[in-house]
Amino acid sequence: MTKVKKILRLFQEDLVVVNLGLEAFAEALRKEDVKVLQMNWRPPAGGDQRLIALLDRLEK
Amino acid sequence: MKANIKKANQEAVSRILGAKPTLVGISTAGDAIPGMKRTMVLHAGPPVPWEKMCGPMRGAVIGGLILEGMAQGREEAEALAASGDILFDSCHHHAAVGPMAGVVTWSMPVWVMENKTFGNQAFCTLNEGLGKVLRYGAFSRDVIARLRWMAEDLAPILAKALEAHGEIDMKSMIAQALHMGDEGHNRNRAGTSLFIRELAPHLVALDVDRKKIARVLAFLHGNDHFFLNLTMPACKCTVDPALGIKAASVIVAMARNGTEFGIRVAGLGERWFTGPANMVDGLYLPGFSAKDAAPDIGDSVITETAGIGGFAMAAAPAIVKFVGGTPGDALRLTRQMYEITVAENDAYQVPFLDFRGTPTAIDLIKVVETGILPAINTGIAHKKPGLGMVGAGLVKPPESCFHRAFEAFVEKYGA
Amino acid sequence: MEKVLVLKNAYFDSAFLMLVSKAVKQLPGILDAALVMGTEVNIEILRGIGLLGPVAQSVSPNDLIIAIQGQSAKTLNHAMDAAKKLLRQRKTGIEEEGEYRPVSLQGALRIIPDANLVVISAPGLYAAREARKALDAGLHVMLFSDHVSLEEEIALKKKAVRKDLLMMGPDCGTALINGKPLCFANVVRRGNIGVVAASGSGLQELTCLIHHFGGGLSQAIGTGGRDLRREVGGLMMLTGIEALTQDPSTKVIVVLSKPPDGQVADKVHARLKQTGKPCVIHFVGLKAVPASGDAHFAGDLEETAAMAVALSKGLPYRGVKAFCTKRDAVVKQETRDLGAGQKYLRGLYAGGTLAEEALVLFEREGYDIYSNIQMNPEKTLKDPHRSFRHTIVDLGDDRFTAGRPHPMIDPDIRAQRIEKETAGPEVACLLLDFVLGYGAHEDPCGALLKTLKEAKDRAQKRGGHLAVVVSITGTEDDPQNRREQSKKLESIGCVVMPSNAQAARLALQIMKKVTP
Repeated sequence: MTKVKKILRLFQEDLVVVNLGLEAFAEALRKEDVKVLQMNWRPPAGGDQRLIALLDRLEK
Repeated sequence: MKANIKKANQEAVSRILGAKPTLVGISTAGDAIPGMKRTMVLHAGPPVPWEKMCGPMRGAVIGGLILEGMAQGREEAEALAASGDILFDSCHHHAAVGPMAGVVTWSMPVWVMENKTFGNQAFCTLNEGLGKVLRYGAFSRDVIARLRWMAEDLAPILAKALEAHGEIDMKSMIAQALHMGDEGHNRNRAGTSLFIRELAPHLVALDVDRKKIARVLAFLHGNDHFFLNLTMPACKCTVDPALGIKAASVIVAMARNGTEFGIRVAGLGERWFTGPANMVDGLYLPGFSAKDAAPDIGDSVITETAGIGGFAMAAAPAIVKFVGGTPGDALRLTRQMYEITVAENDAYQVPFLDFRGTPTAIDLIKVVETGILPAINTGIAHKKPGLGMVGAGLVKPPESCFHRAFEAFVEKYGA
Repeated sequence: MEKVLVLKNAYFDSAFLMLVSKAVKQLPGILDAALVMGTEVNIEILRGIGLLGPVAQSVSPNDLIIAIQGQSAKTLNHAMDAAKKLLRQRKTGIEEEGEYRPVSLQGALRIIPDANLVVISAPGLYAAREARKALDAGLHVMLFSDHVSLEEEIALKKKAVRKDLLMMGPDCGTALINGKPLCFANVVRRGNIGVVAASGSGLQELTCLIHHFGGGLSQAIGTGGRDLRREVGGLMMLTGIEALTQDPSTKVIVVLSKPPDGQVADKVHARLKQTGKPCVIHFVGLKAVPASGDAHFAGDLEETAAMAVALSKGLPYRGVKAFCTKRDAVVKQETRDLGAGQKYLRGLYAGGTLAEEALVLFEREGYDIYSNIQMNPEKTLKDPHRSFRHTIVDLGDDRFTAGRPHPMIDPDIRAQRIEKETAGPEVACLLLDFVLGYGAHEDPCGALLKTLKEAKDRAQKRGGHLAVVVSITGTEDDPQNRREQSKKLESIGCVVMPSNAQAARLALQIMKKVTP
């Protein structure tokens, strides 16, 4: 049986959203009175795949 | 590994925030600076040989050799510098920091700053003032004469006043200055005023010729950046205890020698990671332009390393106007710095952000991941030695030095 | 002639860049314009369409490439200035707001530490990594991005299951959590019907019809299109079903998807049996089979909605109130003036599942339908841009949307296709979907009005009649006024049906008159 306590808790809470990407999605949530933070997201390490691989080595 | 790094960085932050930088006295380079020699010339930034030094630094070296009586004029000084008989080394390798060219020689008076929490010290010369001064590469008779006056009159008089007053809590003074529109790197007027105010009663009470005291006070009053040479060693002795913490990715030094920009990382010990120094993007004094500018130079970026300077830019909106931006820019830049630092300072605050602590302890990993480089605002020197400051502005460190440091960090600590 | 400019460290999202490209392309004297980030893929694309010179040397994915082709140096310079001005507007907008927009997820969580959900629509290359970071930080994830590998999807979903978090996606276009719209979603009444869906437009149609039939939603959980493949094993579908089972606000559970792999279907059925709640299942393309215990099977999206609403109100399901009485009259009216050469059906869809629903319906009646979403290779369009005989295309499919905005956002691609289809006389009936709601175009029906009117007029001039049958997926609470949208289409003689299934059936009746 999958545990779903955290998901059920989400269903009881107000959504507090971080929007990573297209602004339209944040605007929609704002119009529906949801607290949302729009990020100014950019590719990590300037998109350099080699550096991203190095960053991932530190994640473990 | 992620957990180890986090823990190590927390240790670094705890040491940095726990510092108690305190002004304990004035001495001379020869007497106080560890490893100092008569034939040694210290300079700002990571190690650089004479051949590669930029114009202003060469000028300062020449001035230093003349000051010590080791050469009579420019040509003799240059020959001596190139001869191999002079030991050049980074200030940072000797617990010291120097603004602009940052040249320190044997007889120069230095502030003695002590971090009371850990007992470590840091040193810095006294600020000569603006215009044609040694740190901008000037070495004329006037410059040498002023340096001599500073060693013979200014320093001893201030030393006596300091002794009468007792040690000065620098952390507290810097914190106050930040509340008054300073940021401790490019704007030091409030700090200078606070310092004068603190010592004035003791200066006046000294058993010294009144005219000499008057000259000391006039000198201090005429130099808005006097306080910079105090914030710098305060920041240096604050951050130094974090150097060497295993697996910590906090940056413990940033410095430029006019040719290269270098950084040091806590978990990578004393290694320098360098990249080519950038040109400063700023406003120029009348008559000067970008083509007159020297590349970024000086140890003063130790202030950003410790969480003030450019990292407290939102505390000094006046500075931003001077360097060409708007107060909104200052705010945005400071907010960006929160993304690349581990902690918020508990002593240095930004009034405009509801007294939120300044972003402190730059995390190398976050710099690489976000692509956000530490914000530095700094003065611009004329590329020809001795012509002084020609402007001020914002400069970005070279991304390459952070990438190099990062590669070394992952090699050492990565899975 | 051509002008190319590279702006270093100037990241903008692709949706915004496409808007700017479009605006620049419309300037006088400009032949083509592209604003793209300097990724390897984009550089290749620009090279392929002849829009990139030797600039590519030191370009990084964080740099913006502006490439413009025009008739003269003057028009090029003017266009370049215009492009830069438009870009600046976006930048100042951000600063003027006063609200700082963090660059990193860590930075974001420092600003709102009480966040509980991250919506990710970053380029696919980076999306999985961001989703992983979000899950590691204990946040639920809505992953809109596609072009995430299957391996990454499986790893993400396994992690989410371990951490008891929602991992909706990749390629999840629609969800409604706590009644709030995530990405493309409609404003739907709250209620006691919970849905787990592996389909975007299908979920939109379903939720709108639930609303239309007087029911309401507790939750609509998206799983992304691949969730029920064997490799993924229905990880999120099963999690969603479990959550809705334990959710006290959910009385009826609806499951919507393409037909799952055999093993996965078994797992889903087995889990549904244990819920103790009535369930409605719809696998698009599979015929409905009789109910088994609490599990009810629906044959199309409309039926799914109707069944769910009936169950949620404790009423017996009496079938969908079909548009019967007037239907024959409508069919007669639409086929009365058909021209001699008018033979074919053309379904031009923005919603993939809606296209599928129509396709299946026609095939069941024995029609040969060519498409870009055909399982049968013999009925697959050789060129998806060119219809053949009876054709139903999903214009939101990858091949159409590479480098172009989705037809739900930008009507141009459908407008162009409609013009193409109706240039000649062979089309008898156009079948279209219009999707409203957040994320969609602000006036989908109005945007195609001119094109449709012109197409109908052309047919009339030729002595025939073009039947245009449409459905509008939306509710009266959506940002676009559904009534107004409907009226616009009706005013030029389109037949607006209450659901996609009914629109397809009406088109079918029309085509039966054309080619019995």
